[in-house]
Formats: sequence, C-alpha cells, structure tokens
Amino acid sequence: MLAHGHADLRRHRPDRLARALDLYEYQGKELFRRYGIPTSEGRLARTPEDARTATEELGTPVVVKAQVLTGGRGKAGGIKLAESAADAESCAADILGMDIRGHTVTKVWIERASDIEREYYLSLTFDRSAKKPLFMFTAQGGIDIEEVAATSPDALARLHVDPLEGYHPWHGRRLVYDGAVSDPGEQKQIASIVGKLYEAFVHCEAMLCEINPLIVTPEGEVRALDSKFTVDDNALFRHPDIAEMRDVGAADPLEALAREKGVTYVKLDGDVGVLGNGAGLTMSSVDVVTFVGGAPANFCDLGGGGDAQGVVDALGVITSDPQVRALFFNIFGGITRCDEVARGILQAVEQMGISYPIVVRLDGTNAEDGRRILTEAALPNLHAEATMLEGARRAVELAA
Amino acid sequence: MAILVGTETRLVVQGLTGSEGRFHGLRNRSHGTNVVAGVTPGKGGQDVEGIPVFDTVAGAVAETAANAAMVFVPAPFAADAMYEAVAAGITTVVCITEGVPAHEMLRIHAYIQGRGVTLIGPNCPGALSPGKANVGIIPAEIFREGSIGLVSRSGTLTYQIGHELTQLGLGNSTIVGIGGDPVVGSSFLEILALFEADPQTQQVVMVGEIGGDEEEKAAAYIESEMTKPVVAYIAGFTAPPGKTMGHAGAIISGSAGTAQAKKEALEAKGIRVGTTPTETAQLVAEIAAA
Repeated sequence: MLAHGHADLRRHRPDRLARALDLYEYQGKELFRRYGIPTSEGRLARTPEDARTATEELGTPVVVKAQVLTGGRGKAGGIKLAESAADAESCAADILGMDIRGHTVTKVWIERASDIEREYYLSLTFDRSAKKPLFMFTAQGGIDIEEVAATSPDALARLHVDPLEGYHPWHGRRLVYDGAVSDPGEQKQIASIVGKLYEAFVHCEAMLCEINPLIVTPEGEVRALDSKFTVDDNALFRHPDIAEMRDVGAADPLEALAREKGVTYVKLDGDVGVLGNGAGLTMSSVDVVTFVGGAPANFCDLGGGGDAQGVVDALGVITSDPQVRALFFNIFGGITRCDEVARGILQAVEQMGISYPIVVRLDGTNAEDGRRILTEAALPNLHAEATMLEGARRAVELAA
Repeated sequence: MAILVGTETRLVVQGLTGSEGRFHGLRNRSHGTNVVAGVTPGKGGQDVEGIPVFDTVAGAVAETAANAAMVFVPAPFAADAMYEAVAAGITTVVCITEGVPAHEMLRIHAYIQGRGVTLIGPNCPGALSPGKANVGIIPAEIFREGSIGLVSRSGTLTYQIGHELTQLGLGNSTIVGIGGDPVVGSSFLEILALFEADPQTQQVVMVGEIGGDEEEKAAAYIESEMTKPVVAYIAGFTAPPGKTMGHAGAIISGSAGTAQAKKEALEAKGIRVGTTPTETAQLVAEIAAA
C-alpha cells in the first residue's frame, strides 16, 4: 500500500495525536538558533541535580520551564524564577513529575532569565484556506493570539507569502511597519527575524512556527522567549534530524501502540469499539454510532488496504481499551478485500479470545466470500448485519 | 458527457510498472479507460500487458497523444511526477499517492494556477465516469451510470454513499475523490463548477468532512453560482478537537473546521445536509423524483 502520511494545520492542540510532529520549546529553540533567530542560552534538565548544575553553568537568575506539549504551563505553575542554583534545584523538583493538562513533566528547560522591556508576537502558519504561508505579527505579545484576533483585529498584522515567490525583505518591512514598531533598532532586528523564521519554516517544512513572546530587553536586544514548532509528518522522511526529536513516551499509551502497529487510532470515551476502512467511512461510522444513541470508544481506520494481519493489529489496539463492550466493524471493500478482513477477524478472535459481541457489516470487494467465511465459522459472539445503519444499531444494543 | 475523465481520456500511468500502478492501471483499462502509456524512468521500451512504457512523460505524450496522467509513484517522488506531467502538456493529472509533503502541495497548487491544468489529489481515490472511464482506485462495479455528480474528500465513504444511491436506483455522471490532504489540487469549488457545466449531471452530492473551510466556501458558491440542486453530507460530528482523524486534513483546529459549523454554513444557504449516508441518499432520491 501507499504509505500512510498525516499532517496538520495550526496551533493549540492540547491533546492531539502525534501525527504532525509537535516539538518541545527547547527543540523549537534549537531549530530557531540554527536559522539565526536569537534565543537565551539554556540547558535541558531531567533531574533536580541537573537543574542545579545547569544553573551553575548559566549564572543566575534563571527560569525553570516545564517542557510539555500543551499550553497553559505558566498558569499551572510549570514556569518558575530561581535566584540561585539551590533554588533552581528545588523549583525543578517541584515541576518535574507535575501533571499539566494530562501531560507529565519529565524535563525542564533552564534558561537565563531575561529582563523584558516589550513583548511582540510573531508566527508563521500554514494557511490551508489561502494555500499560502501566513505571517501574523502584533505588538500585543505574550497573550493568546486568538484573543487578539477576536478583540482587536486591527492590532494584528497579517501577511501571506506566495509560495513560489518566496520571502523577500519587503515582507519583513511590511510586518514591522504594519505592526507599528517605532524603534529603528527593533525594526531592523524584527524584520531580520521575520526572514529567518520563513527560512526555518520552509526548510523544516513546518506547519507552524510561533514566537510568543518575542521580547525586547532593556538593552534593545530582540529575542525569542518561547517557541511553538510543528513539522509536517509527511516531510519527515527528508528531515531525519527532526524526526528523531519525536518523544514517543509523550503519547497516549494506546495511541503509541497503534502508531507502532501502523494503525490509525484515536481514543474516544465510549464503549462501542469502531473499526472501518478509510478515514471518511470510519469517521462516518463513529458518527452513526453516536446518532443511534451509542458512545463510540475509538476511531480506528484500517486504511485502504487492510489485510488479515492489519485487522489483527487493529483489534489488538482496540481490545487493549478496557472500556470496550462491543465492536462494530464497518467495511466497504475497495482495495480492501472483505474475505481478508473476515479472516483477520477470525484469527484475532481466536488469538485474543475476544468474548464480547462483534457486529460485522461487509460490502464491496469480495463481500460474499467474507460473509461466507464468517457464517461458516459460526462464532456465537459474531453478528452479521446487512447495512451500516443496522450494524451500528446492533452494536449499540449489544454494548448496553 | 460526465466530467474530468471520459471516452476522450488518453491515460498515461506514471509508475505503471510498480505493483500498485500495474494493478490499478490494468483495472482501469478493463473498465474501458483508454490507457495508452506508462512511464517509469529506466524502463522505456518495455510494456505492461501491451501498454507501452516510456522513460519520460514527454516521450509518452509524443508517441501516444496522452492527455491525462495518473500518478502512482511513491510519496517522495510524487511532486516531481506531477510537475513532469504538467510540463509535458498533460491537462488532467490525478495523483493517488498518499503522504506528499504539504509544502510541496503549496508550491504545486500555486504553479498550476493559470496553466489550464486540473489536478485531482493527492491522497485521493481518483475519478470515475461509470461506463466511460475510470482513473484511480474507485471500485467501478458498485456504481452505475446516471445523472448524479458525486464529489468527496473521502474514498470509502464515497463508495458507501454511491452504494446507497445505487440501491435506490440512482446512477452517477462522475464520482470525484478530491483527496484528504490539507492542500489538494482541486477543491469542491472547481469540481462543483465542472458539474454545473456538465449536461449529464442533474444534481450533485458533496461529501465533506471536518477540517479547513472548503465546505463553507462551497456553500457560498452553490448559492450564488449553481442552478443544480446540491445535497451534502459531512463526516466527523463526533471528532474531538485537535485529533487528526485518519486524513491529514481532517482535524478541528481550535474552534475552526467542525462538522457542525460546516452543516450550519451549508444549511444557511439552503443546502440540505444528510445526517447519515443513508439519509443523504434518500434526500438525493427525493430531489431526483421531484
């Protein structure tokens, strides 16, 4: 089969499945530095002792920042100022192990504290609607950009870049003037950072590069104080250095298992396991289960060419969820052959000893063979239904 | 008539000698598609069950007058293949390959504007005009010829809805899978315009899903530009925000791109939206019978 690839769009994805690759702040900053965007010097620490050593190297004061792939660190107490190395050690001890919106902190970034004169916001996103990269810049840095966009849209300078024309210095000048930056030194530095951010975005094939805040120090130096950096999964084959930055431990365990097995799986909260072939049909199956009054336990897409082993792998993931009480298989065979799916189901039931009800709806390529295979096996917990709607209804009844 | 692919299609398959390209190229031919050539660099001069293979698309066009291309090469080489097809003068390019980097698609999308090229995909099932031509991986046997245009971001969901239509005795002019990536060559708008202009098409079913705003743009277009009735279906009502639902482009970002917002945008323009694939087909049948 053709490789499965996935990408993504914008910002703020608190609990998203690792499809596009979201980088930690320290990783994003490492990429910023590669492209010449100024950041503060810092060290990564996984233990309080590391934090102490790092602070001794950096000099005080420092900021100890939780590294998590979610927003709201500051409010959750995941960012602390430390005046001494001992202080940094105890801050790190507080933050490490902390739970921030369901993410456990396993590393902290220690950085020289910066005095802040002013804060800007600068981002470059993949605007799928306009089909162009989109710069956004505002003098109202440090706060939620969606709020700025909603409450004072005039304060937000927006500028698309034609992907064939690429970046030119006028883009930087335009943003700086539209964003009402008045100090000539700041204008020059920010315009230069705008160009470097575009270079990073295109070279790394990012879906999002965000600097919030982009600060100005009392000495007039402009620096990236935070980073959000998301890279297109489909492009990682040509960025092995970035692909290596993925933190497999940060994913939901079931979703990590699914990724390892090559199954497209999203955990939901109900008790009807849903398995389909193709993203659209699977999404629709999840919707129909809800529509008939049920609660789907997951979204699980076998993909276009599910063979028997693919079915076994997918069932292995779904059945690891203890909430599941019934399964709904909705297969419309195109490239996927229904006889292969039927064999996979029997194989999985036998291997895993699945005892709860499995409702199977098969249509399309080799559907008759598939149905015959299932009928001949005559398993007591296997229920065949003729249509998608009836299959969903039956699975919901059986889960109750 | 139908749209995009038909009796006038002369198809070159890029990647014909690969296992997928061969299987589907031959399957398309058996449906009646005029598959005139294959292209695999280094394998020029060979043939695949009588279909001549060329080293370059330009060579295939020169020898066989191919006017449509189907791209079946692996993702790292798919962008190159699309550019090569356009450079060789192909005007309809269908890219089946999944996993093409999004930045490549930004550039290709910009590149084809104004060149008179229609690009379908990537990450799509292709286009089928039942009884005329099939370019892609859509199983032709579940569709029959008729007057309903069908355009979708999904593959198998399209088969599901096509199957429901067939069971109600309805057939299709053309079925177009535009693909599930964030940036695709043709969006709903372009395909809706083709259906509007196609005499065989009497009404259109648009199958959307979460993510992006193409359904919303289509809603405005349908209201202002289309005389033919359109029925819609949207997948992903129960999708949680921030999760990629199988298709790279199927993701709710913040509060944008939800199924509910799309449904409301469509209904605000008087477009009926089915709650399930079954109900969607029933709405089509009602309109067809009226």
